[in-house]
Amino acid sequence: MAFYRAAPWQKPVTITLLLALLALPPGLTALGQAFYIGFATRVLIFALAASSLNLVLGFGGMFSLGHAAFFGAGAYAVALCLSGGISDGLVALPLAMLAAGLFALVVGAISLRTRGVYFIMITLAFAQMAYYLFVSARAWGGDDGLPLTGRMTLGGLSLASDGALFYAALGCLVLTMIFLGRLADSRFGRVVQAIRENETRMEALGYPVFRYRLLCFVLGGALAGLAGALLANQTGLASPNLLQWMQSGTLLVMVIIGGVGYLYGGVVGAVVLLVLEEVLSGFTLHWHIGLGLLLLGIVLFAPRGVAALFGKSRG
Amino acid sequence: MSQLVLEQALNGLQFGLMLFLLAAGLTLVFGIMDCINLAHGSLYMVGAYLVAAAAQAADSFWIGLGVGVAGAALLGLLLELSLFRRLYKLDHLSQVLATFALILIANESVRMIWGAQPVLLNPPEALSGPVEIAGFFYPAYRLVIIAFGLAVALVLYLLVARTRVGMWVRAGASNREMTEALGINVPGLFTAVFVFGVGLCALAGGLLGPLLAVQVGMGESVLILAFVVIIIGGIGSIRGALVGSLIVGMVDTLGRALLPTLLRAALPVEAASTLGPALASILIYLLMAAILFFKPQGLFPARA
Repeated sequence: MAFYRAAPWQKPVTITLLLALLALPPGLTALGQAFYIGFATRVLIFALAASSLNLVLGFGGMFSLGHAAFFGAGAYAVALCLSGGISDGLVALPLAMLAAGLFALVVGAISLRTRGVYFIMITLAFAQMAYYLFVSARAWGGDDGLPLTGRMTLGGLSLASDGALFYAALGCLVLTMIFLGRLADSRFGRVVQAIRENETRMEALGYPVFRYRLLCFVLGGALAGLAGALLANQTGLASPNLLQWMQSGTLLVMVIIGGVGYLYGGVVGAVVLLVLEEVLSGFTLHWHIGLGLLLLGIVLFAPRGVAALFGKSRG
Repeated sequence: MSQLVLEQALNGLQFGLMLFLLAAGLTLVFGIMDCINLAHGSLYMVGAYLVAAAAQAADSFWIGLGVGVAGAALLGLLLELSLFRRLYKLDHLSQVLATFALILIANESVRMIWGAQPVLLNPPEALSGPVEIAGFFYPAYRLVIIAFGLAVALVLYLLVARTRVGMWVRAGASNREMTEALGINVPGLFTAVFVFGVGLCALAGGLLGPLLAVQVGMGESVLILAFVVIIIGGIGSIRGALVGSLIVGMVDTLGRALLPTLLRAALPVEAASTLGPALASILIYLLMAAILFFKPQGLFPARA
């Protein structure tokens, strides 16, 4: 692996796609397919969640199998904000990120003392702990989850329509990707990637390795919290299922399909996986088998992910 | 009270021994081949289904158990030769992705063949009643499971500690390259260990079938527990797997049974009824985090 560097074609392609996405809700409505606006929003939200994991896994080199915990924490935080009377997203979303980030700080501070397989397992254990805590928290709905009292607003604008929520999710994703792109190129991003490549060397050069990794882990957790908060708004429910380890697995699969450590790996993976789900489930009830076979194919024949199939975006 | 504790301790022992059957295979595959196998729980589920189907066809639990375990081991052999053999060479990320895919395939195939409803597996007629031990009644079938678990643990111990193959396995777990350099047929050893592990987890699935529901998704929850066990015990160590299984089985069972009562003595009823179940369900994860904090390699590290 080497440092991330954007490919020259990346910018024009991204801008074209972005313009197409801006026209998507009115286009779908005109075609009488407004149902797909909700699906597109889901894809955007998962693209954001997968990108946050990609920051931790791809750039930070930390193989976390408990990322869904932060995703779920964001969902619960926004549900609690709404039931507590904070309905403006400009307050609720940062609060959700803060909650998820603080949770990530605790988990990371303990987990990052371990290495390799043990790190994978301890992050998994923390996520399971959070899952069981939420399942048994009767005040917050326990097994059934915590329903949202309504959708939040964003600076006075209502997000009640699916189109509005789509634009809100798109806005969050775009801002996040710009942030991640800048981050990867920044001093901080360089140091984090260098630690992924050779930890001992960075330690010897005097970098506070632990603190850099922890900050990267916390940033990833906070962004996952943002995605969780958006998803709770879409589904109207903060459910403990969001924290389950299969959810962490799904996010991981998205990142691996898309390409670990490629800026757009998470986005590509989320789109590929969710669109595949949608298409395959139209053909057969047993689409999981098709999906499984496809994943096996990717492991055996395209182990570096889909993003790696289209040109080289690594220097 | 003491009867309750004794009964729950027996339940914990039984649960722990079954976890050991699962964890033994997992820790070897993990320790020797350095391969993360998330599909281990799915093989446990498939094993339970095969045992249930064979027991129904043969109208005998024991024949069903034998046939089902053999069938699962055969499936394990095919999987090892076709897929896992390639996975050993790949990194952990690829292994996670591939075995995650296997979970999807296994769950959906089982749903296709047997339907979404849980399948019924009856314990053998002669063992369905309770027996009296030390003044209280305990299900005979659970005692048989305990006996099975102890027997397998003993056989496994003798196999690993006293035979030549066992020595190769231990050598492979502590240093794979050196073992290969000494001329041991490592690919063959891998296949044997993998198939053996699948057989053990199918045995656990079949034995637990009459106690739990045989259903889709039964593998995922138990898989996490098996991972907790091998992390606590130290990856690659059979002895660690046994100790870890017993700790996890006991702590989980006794915690769920006794913690709410104990908390009620110390806290107001309202707080105790909320906190009790929550604390009981995360107890083993807290334990694991604590053990990893103090002994990051687990209790019995194989690569010392």
